Amino acid sequence: MNEYTYAIIFGVVIGTITRIIMLRTDYRQYPTYLHGKIIHVSLGFIAASLGSLIVPAIMEKEYTAVTLLTVAATQFRDVRNMERNTLNEIDGYELVSRGKTYIEGIAISFESRNYLVIFTAFIATLIFILGNVFLAVIAAIICIVIAKVLMSGSTLKDIVDIEYQEVHFEGAGLYVDNIYIMNIGLPERQKEILKYGMGFILVPKNMNEINTIANLGQRQAILHDVSVSLGVFKDSGTPALTPLIKRDLDDGRLGVFVLPQVRDIEKAKKIIGSVPVLESAIKMPSKSSTHNS
Amino acid sequence: MMLEKAILAIITMDKSKVDGGAPIFICGTKKELELIAASLEAITDGIAHALSDELFIIVKH
Repeated sequence: MNEYTYAIIFGVVIGTITRIIMLRTDYRQYPTYLHGKIIHVSLGFIAASLGSLIVPAIMEKEYTAVTLLTVAATQFRDVRNMERNTLNEIDGYELVSRGKTYIEGIAISFESRNYLVIFTAFIATLIFILGNVFLAVIAAIICIVIAKVLMSGSTLKDIVDIEYQEVHFEGAGLYVDNIYIMNIGLPERQKEILKYGMGFILVPKNMNEINTIANLGQRQAILHDVSVSLGVFKDSGTPALTPLIKRDLDDGRLGVFVLPQVRDIEKAKKIIGSVPVLESAIKMPSKSSTHNS
Repeated sequence: MMLEKAILAIITMDKSKVDGGAPIFICGTKKELELIAASLEAITDGIAHALSDELFIIVKH
Protein backbone atom coordinates (compact mmCIF):
# COMPACT_ATOMS: atom_id res chain seq x y z
CA MET A 1 0.00 0.00 0.00
CA ASN A 2 1.24 3.47 -0.78
CA GLU A 3 -0.23 6.94 -1.06
CA TYR A 4 -1.63 6.24 -4.53
CA THR A 5 -3.32 2.90 -3.86
CA TYR A 6 -6.76 4.26 -3.01
CA ALA A 7 -6.62 6.78 -5.82
CA ILE A 8 -5.81 4.07 -8.36
CA ILE A 9 -8.49 1.74 -7.05
CA PHE A 10 -10.98 4.60 -7.14
CA GLY A 11 -10.05 5.46 -10.73
CA VAL A 12 -10.29 1.86 -11.87
CA VAL A 13 -13.68 1.36 -10.24
CA ILE A 14 -15.08 4.59 -11.69
CA GLY A 15 -13.69 3.75 -15.14
CA THR A 16 -15.18 0.27 -15.10
CA ILE A 17 -18.53 1.62 -13.93
CA THR A 18 -18.46 4.11 -16.82
CA ARG A 19 -17.92 1.25 -19.25
CA ILE A 20 -20.79 -0.75 -17.75
CA ILE A 21 -23.10 2.26 -17.98
CA MET A 22 -22.17 2.80 -21.63
CA LEU A 23 -22.61 -0.90 -22.34
CA ARG A 24 -26.22 -0.70 -21.21
CA THR A 25 -27.11 1.98 -23.70
CA ASP A 26 -26.66 -0.24 -26.72
CA TYR A 27 -28.45 -3.39 -25.56
CA ARG A 28 -30.77 -3.21 -28.56
CA GLN A 29 -27.97 -3.58 -31.04
CA TYR A 30 -25.11 -5.51 -29.55
CA PRO A 31 -23.90 -7.25 -27.42
CA THR A 32 -27.00 -8.87 -26.07
CA TYR A 33 -25.35 -11.90 -24.61
CA LEU A 34 -23.26 -12.52 -21.53
CA HIS A 35 -19.91 -13.42 -23.02
CA GLY A 36 -19.83 -10.37 -25.24
CA LYS A 37 -20.53 -8.24 -22.20
CA ILE A 38 -17.74 -9.85 -20.19
CA ILE A 39 -15.26 -9.11 -22.97
CA HIS A 40 -16.20 -5.45 -22.98
CA VAL A 41 -16.29 -5.03 -19.23
CA SER A 42 -12.83 -6.63 -19.01
CA LEU A 43 -11.47 -4.36 -21.71
CA GLY A 44 -13.09 -1.45 -19.89
CA PHE A 45 -11.30 -2.55 -16.74
CA ILE A 46 -7.96 -2.57 -18.57
CA ALA A 47 -8.68 0.86 -20.02
CA ALA A 48 -9.59 2.18 -16.59
CA SER A 49 -6.37 0.77 -15.11
CA LEU A 50 -4.31 2.46 -17.80
CA GLY A 51 -6.08 5.76 -17.24
CA SER A 52 -5.58 5.78 -13.51
CA LEU A 53 -1.97 4.53 -13.57
CA ILE A 54 -0.89 7.51 -15.66
CA VAL A 55 -1.45 10.00 -12.83
CA PRO A 56 0.89 8.43 -10.23
CA ALA A 57 3.43 7.86 -13.00
CA ILE A 58 3.47 11.58 -13.77
CA MET A 59 3.57 12.46 -10.05
CA GLU A 60 6.63 10.26 -9.63
CA LYS A 61 8.23 11.92 -12.67
CA GLU A 62 8.17 8.64 -14.60
CA TYR A 63 7.29 10.38 -17.82
CA THR A 64 8.17 7.48 -20.06
CA ALA A 65 5.23 5.63 -18.56
CA VAL A 66 3.03 7.75 -20.81
CA THR A 67 4.27 5.69 -23.75
CA LEU A 68 2.11 2.95 -22.29
CA LEU A 69 -0.82 4.86 -23.72
CA THR A 70 0.33 4.06 -27.24
CA VAL A 71 0.01 0.40 -26.34
CA ALA A 72 -3.49 1.19 -25.18
CA ALA A 73 -4.30 2.86 -28.48
CA THR A 74 -3.13 -0.22 -30.40
CA GLN A 75 -5.06 -2.45 -28.06
CA PHE A 76 -8.31 -0.61 -28.58
CA ARG A 77 -7.88 -0.39 -32.30
CA ASP A 78 -7.88 -4.14 -32.07
CA VAL A 79 -11.17 -3.92 -30.22
CA ARG A 80 -12.60 -2.16 -33.25
CA ASN A 81 -11.22 -4.86 -35.53
CA MET A 82 -12.57 -7.58 -33.30
CA GLU A 83 -16.06 -6.06 -33.33
CA ARG A 84 -15.94 -5.50 -37.07
CA ASN A 85 -14.84 -9.07 -37.75
CA THR A 86 -17.37 -10.68 -35.44
CA LEU A 87 -20.26 -8.64 -36.77
CA ASN A 88 -19.20 -9.16 -40.39
CA GLU A 89 -19.04 -12.90 -39.80
CA ILE A 90 -22.52 -13.16 -38.37
CA ASP A 91 -24.04 -10.59 -40.70
CA GLY A 92 -24.32 -13.12 -43.52
CA TYR A 93 -26.66 -15.19 -41.39
CA GLU A 94 -29.07 -12.39 -40.54
CA LEU A 95 -32.35 -12.45 -42.44
CA VAL A 96 -31.98 -8.72 -42.90
CA SER A 97 -28.32 -7.83 -42.67
CA ARG A 98 -26.94 -4.92 -40.68
CA GLY A 99 -24.79 -3.66 -43.51
CA LYS A 100 -21.17 -2.61 -43.43
CA THR A 101 -21.81 1.01 -42.51
CA TYR A 102 -23.79 0.04 -39.44
CA ILE A 103 -21.12 -2.46 -38.40
CA GLU A 104 -18.43 0.17 -38.81
CA GLY A 105 -20.49 2.57 -36.71
CA ILE A 106 -20.83 0.01 -33.92
CA ALA A 107 -17.11 -0.87 -34.10
CA ILE A 108 -16.05 2.78 -33.92
CA SER A 109 -18.22 3.42 -30.91
CA PHE A 110 -16.77 0.40 -29.09
CA GLU A 111 -13.28 1.78 -29.61
CA SER A 112 -14.12 5.31 -28.61
CA ARG A 113 -15.93 4.17 -25.50
CA ASN A 114 -12.71 2.70 -24.20
CA TYR A 115 -10.96 6.04 -24.68
CA LEU A 116 -13.72 7.73 -22.74
CA VAL A 117 -13.12 5.20 -19.97
CA ILE A 118 -9.39 6.02 -19.92
CA PHE A 119 -10.24 9.72 -19.75
CA THR A 120 -12.76 9.26 -16.92
CA ALA A 121 -10.38 7.10 -14.89
CA PHE A 122 -7.59 9.63 -15.45
CA ILE A 123 -9.67 12.58 -14.26
CA ALA A 124 -11.05 10.66 -11.27
CA THR A 125 -7.59 9.59 -10.09
CA LEU A 126 -6.11 13.03 -10.67
CA ILE A 127 -8.79 14.80 -8.63
CA PHE A 128 -8.54 12.12 -5.93
CA ILE A 129 -4.81 12.76 -5.52
CA LEU A 130 -4.90 16.53 -5.87
CA GLY A 131 -8.13 17.08 -3.96
CA ASN A 132 -10.11 14.59 -1.92
CA VAL A 133 -12.52 11.74 -2.37
CA PHE A 134 -15.65 13.93 -2.47
CA LEU A 135 -14.31 16.16 -5.19
CA ALA A 136 -13.25 13.02 -7.06
CA VAL A 137 -16.76 11.56 -6.87
CA ILE A 138 -18.23 14.80 -8.22
CA ALA A 139 -15.66 14.92 -11.03
CA ALA A 140 -16.36 11.28 -11.87
CA ILE A 141 -20.10 11.90 -12.07
CA ILE A 142 -19.52 14.89 -14.37
CA CYS A 143 -17.26 12.74 -16.57
CA ILE A 144 -19.84 9.96 -16.78
CA VAL A 145 -22.55 12.45 -17.74
CA ILE A 146 -20.29 13.96 -20.42
CA ALA A 147 -19.44 10.48 -21.71
CA LYS A 148 -23.15 9.65 -21.89
CA VAL A 149 -23.90 12.83 -23.83
CA LEU A 150 -20.97 12.29 -26.18
CA MET A 151 -22.05 8.73 -26.86
CA SER A 152 -25.66 9.40 -27.74
CA GLY A 153 -25.61 10.58 -31.34
CA SER A 154 -28.66 11.84 -33.16
CA THR A 155 -31.44 9.56 -34.33
CA LEU A 156 -33.50 9.56 -37.50
CA LYS A 157 -36.45 11.41 -35.98
CA ASP A 158 -34.18 14.45 -35.63
CA ILE A 159 -33.56 14.61 -39.36
CA VAL A 160 -36.69 13.23 -41.07
CA ASP A 161 -40.47 13.26 -40.77
CA ILE A 162 -41.99 9.79 -40.90
CA GLU A 163 -45.37 9.16 -42.53
CA TYR A 164 -47.25 5.90 -42.91
CA GLN A 165 -48.36 4.96 -46.42
CA GLU A 166 -50.20 1.83 -47.57
CA VAL A 167 -48.21 -0.19 -50.08
CA HIS A 168 -49.99 -0.72 -53.39
CA PHE A 169 -49.46 -2.35 -56.78
CA GLU A 170 -49.64 -0.80 -60.21
CA GLY A 171 -49.57 -3.83 -62.47
CA ALA A 172 -46.65 -5.86 -61.17
CA GLY A 173 -44.89 -2.82 -59.72
CA LEU A 174 -44.89 -2.40 -55.95
CA TYR A 175 -45.15 1.21 -54.79
CA VAL A 176 -44.96 3.10 -51.52
CA ASP A 177 -46.70 6.39 -52.27
CA ASN A 178 -45.20 7.28 -55.66
CA ILE A 179 -41.87 5.53 -55.05
CA TYR A 180 -41.28 2.36 -57.06
CA ILE A 181 -39.91 -0.46 -54.92
CA MET A 182 -39.76 -3.61 -57.06
CA ASN A 183 -41.51 -5.85 -59.56
CA ILE A 184 -43.47 -8.74 -58.07
CA GLY A 185 -44.89 -11.06 -60.70
CA LEU A 186 -46.89 -13.68 -58.83
CA PRO A 187 -50.37 -12.71 -57.67
CA GLU A 188 -49.89 -14.98 -54.66
CA ARG A 189 -46.82 -13.01 -53.54
CA GLN A 190 -48.60 -9.75 -54.23
CA LYS A 191 -51.38 -10.80 -51.87
CA GLU A 192 -48.86 -11.67 -49.15
CA ILE A 193 -47.13 -8.35 -49.60
CA LEU A 194 -50.38 -6.39 -49.44
CA LYS A 195 -51.28 -8.33 -46.31
CA TYR A 196 -47.99 -8.08 -44.43
CA GLY A 197 -46.20 -5.16 -46.05
CA MET A 198 -46.10 -1.70 -44.57
CA GLY A 199 -44.86 1.44 -46.24
CA PHE A 200 -43.33 4.54 -44.72
CA ILE A 201 -42.18 7.74 -46.32
CA LEU A 202 -39.22 9.52 -44.78
CA VAL A 203 -39.19 13.20 -45.66
CA PRO A 204 -35.79 14.80 -45.05
CA LYS A 205 -35.87 18.13 -43.24
CA ASN A 206 -33.09 19.80 -45.25
CA MET A 207 -30.37 19.40 -47.89
CA ASN A 208 -27.82 17.77 -45.55
CA GLU A 209 -30.37 15.17 -44.55
CA ILE A 210 -31.22 14.30 -48.15
CA ASN A 211 -27.64 13.18 -48.63
CA THR A 212 -27.38 11.47 -45.28
CA ILE A 213 -30.42 9.25 -45.69
CA ALA A 214 -29.55 8.49 -49.30
CA ASN A 215 -26.56 6.51 -48.00
CA LEU A 216 -27.15 2.80 -48.67
CA GLY A 217 -25.64 1.79 -45.34
CA GLN A 218 -27.98 4.13 -43.48
CA ARG A 219 -30.93 2.63 -45.35
CA GLN A 220 -29.84 -0.91 -44.53
CA ALA A 221 -29.56 0.10 -40.86
CA ILE A 222 -33.21 1.23 -40.91
CA LEU A 223 -34.33 -2.10 -42.41
CA HIS A 224 -32.25 -4.07 -39.93
CA ASP A 225 -33.54 -2.24 -36.88
CA VAL A 226 -37.17 -2.53 -37.97
CA SER A 227 -36.76 -6.22 -38.74
CA VAL A 228 -35.05 -6.93 -35.44
CA SER A 229 -37.58 -5.03 -33.36
CA LEU A 230 -40.81 -6.00 -35.11
CA GLY A 231 -39.85 -9.32 -36.67
CA VAL A 232 -39.75 -9.96 -40.38
CA PHE A 233 -42.04 -11.94 -42.67
CA LYS A 234 -39.27 -13.62 -44.61
CA ASP A 235 -37.25 -16.78 -44.81
CA SER A 236 -34.16 -17.85 -46.67
CA GLY A 237 -35.13 -18.70 -50.25
CA THR A 238 -37.88 -16.10 -50.45
CA PRO A 239 -36.05 -13.16 -52.02
CA ALA A 240 -39.37 -11.70 -53.17
CA LEU A 241 -40.16 -10.97 -49.53
CA THR A 242 -37.29 -8.61 -48.92
CA PRO A 243 -37.69 -5.31 -47.10
CA LEU A 244 -36.36 -2.53 -49.31
CA ILE A 245 -35.85 1.20 -49.30
CA LYS A 246 -35.92 3.19 -52.50
CA ARG A 247 -35.44 6.85 -53.09
CA ASP A 248 -37.50 9.47 -54.85
CA LEU A 249 -34.98 11.03 -57.19
CA ASP A 250 -36.94 14.27 -57.40
CA ASP A 251 -36.87 15.31 -53.79
CA GLY A 252 -34.76 12.73 -51.95
CA ARG A 253 -37.64 11.26 -49.95
CA LEU A 254 -37.23 7.60 -49.00
CA GLY A 255 -39.88 4.96 -49.53
CA VAL A 256 -39.45 2.31 -46.84
CA PHE A 257 -41.06 -1.05 -47.53
CA VAL A 258 -40.97 -3.47 -44.60
CA LEU A 259 -42.62 -6.77 -43.76
CA PRO A 260 -42.95 -6.76 -39.98
CA GLN A 261 -44.60 -9.52 -38.00
CA VAL A 262 -45.93 -7.00 -35.52
CA ARG A 263 -48.02 -4.67 -37.65
CA ASP A 264 -48.26 -1.69 -35.34
CA ILE A 265 -47.92 1.61 -37.18
CA GLU A 266 -47.07 3.73 -34.15
CA LYS A 267 -44.45 1.28 -32.90
CA ALA A 268 -42.89 1.04 -36.34
CA LYS A 269 -42.73 4.83 -36.60
CA LYS A 270 -41.03 5.00 -33.21
CA ILE A 271 -38.51 2.34 -34.18
CA ILE A 272 -37.64 4.04 -37.46
CA GLY A 273 -37.36 7.30 -35.57
CA SER A 274 -34.87 5.86 -33.10
CA VAL A 275 -32.53 4.34 -35.70
CA PRO A 276 -29.15 5.97 -35.08
CA VAL A 277 -27.84 8.33 -37.74
CA LEU A 278 -24.63 6.57 -38.71
CA GLU A 279 -21.49 8.64 -38.38
CA SER A 280 -20.11 7.49 -41.70
CA ALA A 281 -23.38 8.32 -43.46
CA ILE A 282 -23.57 11.93 -42.29
CA LYS A 283 -22.96 14.42 -45.07
CA MET A 284 -22.72 18.15 -44.64
CA PRO A 285 -22.93 19.82 -48.04
CA SER A 286 -24.14 22.99 -46.31
CA LYS A 287 -20.66 23.35 -44.80
CA SER A 288 -18.99 23.49 -48.19
CA SER A 289 -18.00 26.94 -49.38
CA THR A 290 -19.09 26.23 -52.96
CA HIS A 291 -22.55 25.21 -51.80
CA ASN A 292 -22.98 28.45 -49.91
CA SER A 293 -21.60 30.86 -52.49
CA MET B 1 -16.51 -12.03 -63.72
CA MET B 2 -19.23 -12.31 -61.09
CA LEU B 3 -22.72 -11.72 -62.40
CA GLU B 4 -24.81 -9.89 -59.86
CA LYS B 5 -28.11 -10.55 -61.54
CA ALA B 6 -29.07 -13.20 -64.01
CA ILE B 7 -32.24 -14.33 -65.72
CA LEU B 8 -32.61 -17.96 -64.71
CA ALA B 9 -35.74 -18.82 -66.66
CA ILE B 10 -38.39 -17.37 -68.89
CA ILE B 11 -42.00 -18.44 -68.60
CA THR B 12 -44.29 -17.38 -71.40
CA MET B 13 -47.53 -18.11 -73.18
CA ASP B 14 -46.27 -16.73 -76.47
CA LYS B 15 -43.18 -18.51 -77.79
CA SER B 16 -42.79 -16.05 -80.66
CA LYS B 17 -41.98 -13.21 -78.25
CA VAL B 18 -38.92 -14.80 -76.62
CA ASP B 19 -35.65 -16.35 -77.64
CA GLY B 20 -32.15 -16.69 -76.30
CA GLY B 21 -29.99 -18.38 -73.68
CA ALA B 22 -32.21 -18.85 -70.64
CA PRO B 23 -34.45 -21.92 -70.32
CA ILE B 24 -37.88 -21.11 -71.72
CA PHE B 25 -41.06 -22.64 -70.33
CA ILE B 26 -44.12 -22.42 -72.55
CA CYS B 27 -47.50 -22.54 -70.89
CA GLY B 28 -51.01 -22.79 -72.26
CA THR B 29 -52.95 -20.87 -69.63
CA LYS B 30 -52.34 -17.97 -67.29
CA LYS B 31 -52.94 -20.29 -64.34
CA GLU B 32 -50.30 -22.73 -65.50
CA LEU B 33 -47.92 -19.84 -66.07
CA GLU B 34 -48.33 -18.62 -62.49
CA LEU B 35 -48.00 -22.12 -61.10
CA ILE B 36 -44.73 -22.78 -62.93
CA ALA B 37 -43.41 -19.34 -62.05
CA ALA B 38 -44.20 -19.96 -58.37
CA SER B 39 -42.45 -23.34 -58.40
CA LEU B 40 -39.43 -21.98 -60.22
CA GLU B 41 -39.23 -19.05 -57.85
CA ALA B 42 -39.15 -21.40 -54.87
CA ILE B 43 -36.70 -23.82 -56.46
CA THR B 44 -34.20 -21.28 -57.76
CA ASP B 45 -34.40 -18.81 -54.85
CA GLY B 46 -35.06 -16.14 -57.43
CA ILE B 47 -37.85 -13.62 -57.85
CA ALA B 48 -40.61 -13.97 -60.43
CA HIS B 49 -40.98 -10.66 -62.24
CA ALA B 50 -43.84 -9.95 -64.63
CA LEU B 51 -42.83 -8.20 -67.83
CA SER B 52 -46.35 -8.49 -69.22
CA ASP B 53 -49.40 -10.62 -68.48
CA GLU B 54 -48.04 -13.52 -70.48
CA LEU B 55 -44.32 -13.13 -69.90
CA PHE B 56 -42.58 -13.82 -66.58
CA ILE B 57 -38.88 -14.05 -65.84
CA ILE B 58 -37.13 -15.54 -62.84
CA VAL B 59 -34.23 -13.36 -61.77
CA LYS B 60 -31.53 -14.16 -59.27
CA HIS B 61 -30.64 -11.01 -57.33
